[in-house]
Amino acid sequence: MPGAVKINGQNAGHLGPNDRRQAGLVTGPEERLGHAAAPDMSLTENALLTGVLRKGLAKNGFIDWAKTRDYAAEVIKTFDVRTPGTHTAARALSGGNLQKFVIGREILQEPGIIIVNQPTWGVDAAAAAFIRQALLNRAAAGAAVVVISQDIDELLEVGDRFAALNEGRLSDPVPTLGLTVDQIGLMLGGAHGMHKAEVQHAEA
Amino acid sequence: MLRLEKRPNPSQFWLYATPVVAVLLTMLAGGAMFAILGKNPFEVIRTIFWDPLFGEFAWYLRGQLLVKAGPLVLIAVGLSLGFRAGIWNIGAEGQYIMGAIFGAAVGLAVFPTENRLIFPVMIVAGVFGGWVWAMIPAILKTRFNTNEILVSLMLVYVAQTILAMASTGFLRNPEGAGFPGSRNFSSYPAGANPELIAGSGMHWGVVAALVTVIAAYILLQRHLLGFQIKLAGQAPRAARFHGVDPNKLVVLCMGISGALAGVAGLFEVTGPAGQISIDFNVGYGFTAIIVAFLGRLNPIGILLAGLLMALTYIGGEMAATNLGLPSAAIQVFQGMLLFFLLGVDVLTNFRIRPIFMGAR
Repeated sequence: MPGAVKINGQNAGHLGPNDRRQAGLVTGPEERLGHAAAPDMSLTENALLTGVLRKGLAKNGFIDWAKTRDYAAEVIKTFDVRTPGTHTAARALSGGNLQKFVIGREILQEPGIIIVNQPTWGVDAAAAAFIRQALLNRAAAGAAVVVISQDIDELLEVGDRFAALNEGRLSDPVPTLGLTVDQIGLMLGGAHGMHKAEVQHAEA
Repeated sequence: MLRLEKRPNPSQFWLYATPVVAVLLTMLAGGAMFAILGKNPFEVIRTIFWDPLFGEFAWYLRGQLLVKAGPLVLIAVGLSLGFRAGIWNIGAEGQYIMGAIFGAAVGLAVFPTENRLIFPVMIVAGVFGGWVWAMIPAILKTRFNTNEILVSLMLVYVAQTILAMASTGFLRNPEGAGFPGSRNFSSYPAGANPELIAGSGMHWGVVAALVTVIAAYILLQRHLLGFQIKLAGQAPRAARFHGVDPNKLVVLCMGISGALAGVAGLFEVTGPAGQISIDFNVGYGFTAIIVAFLGRLNPIGILLAGLLMALTYIGGEMAATNLGLPSAAIQVFQGMLLFFLLGVDVLTNFRIRPIFMGAR
């Protein structure tokens, strides 16, 4: 069926967030505070927010706080999140550190598929490089990584294939290797789906 | 000039200091009001806060404290779960009435049968009555996106009308010489909720309130549902990201608070009130809203707040009868408590910074 969302061949379009996580799909939303993380909750609680299923942080509905704290600490350590500790409220972190935390929280769940939206938006250069490398490492480990971004340089850096969304239509993905800014401009302008000749005409 | 500055982390100190400061401010402002009314403020405040606990009639009034605090705590704990999730059940008073009517109706239907199972079945009916009444705003909200505050509040007045019908009609005591009001449960042991220890004020409703406090504490601290309730209240989008279905949460929270209010009504009508009468409800469902906030929406806090509020009820009544204070003044006094609480509460999340002349 065209337009169906499938995970490992199983329809996933109708699944809720937790069933998708169970199937191996994790996501990093664009908005850090209020969507990816609850601002007034501690990093431990925010680790529980998405990690509960894949990390087995609750049993029969009862939360294993010690295990959850350990997971939060693992994310903080592995992703070099600068914070006093797991008890800190998410809103007390800088943008870059919180972003490292929420991306790290997803990556350490070892997902089969990870979709991130604006992963380095408003993040300092060092943190941004770290996050991109972490995504690449995850891809090297065999995961499918989908990066949605307004930062074209970022997409060219992390992506193997590139697709543009224009007026609700996604272009066919093309290899990023050798892709020029002109071609990207055409794709963003909706030139995808045109005949080769027209594209060449437009380029001329 | 003063400026409010948001704290990076909520202040633990003010979280616990707020209720204490609010009570002290209420005493100050209330004392001023009593003075304007021509009473000695120290005497009034002593009558309200000290005499019920340590005065001449304390042996009786301490029991009354439990009788009054029981339903307040039971209802407030239920409400607090919804309030934490941003679900505003304001109609606990109606659910309380309906729980009492359902439970009492079951008991009165089998009068005068004596069976040990009658009271437990009445409790179930009370839970059901409150739950059903809360499901009306819950389902209207989830299906048609109505405002649960308005619907639940309006249903209080519907419930009061049904209560009047019950006490003058379908539940009226057939041996009551035509007076409104049902049979008295004190003369029907199978359906009565007596004091467990004479004079202690302890009845099954108080036991239920204590059990509910403990259960709610565990739910909020340890259970995933408690986490989801807090998350939905603080960050609704993050809650959906986590996998919370907002509609399910509305049904669940309204259901729990309705069921607890309903069972509180059942315990009251079979115990301290004794019978269904036109005005057997005394506003516990509304006062419980104040209790829930005074207790910081925290089960243990609510237990303490319920006792404090019961104290102002009993002490207030004493002040009204002994010192000739209008009962409206006592209600203003109780209202001040909520007002100051919410006012001082700002300090939990904000700090006050003085701005000096010339400084920006």
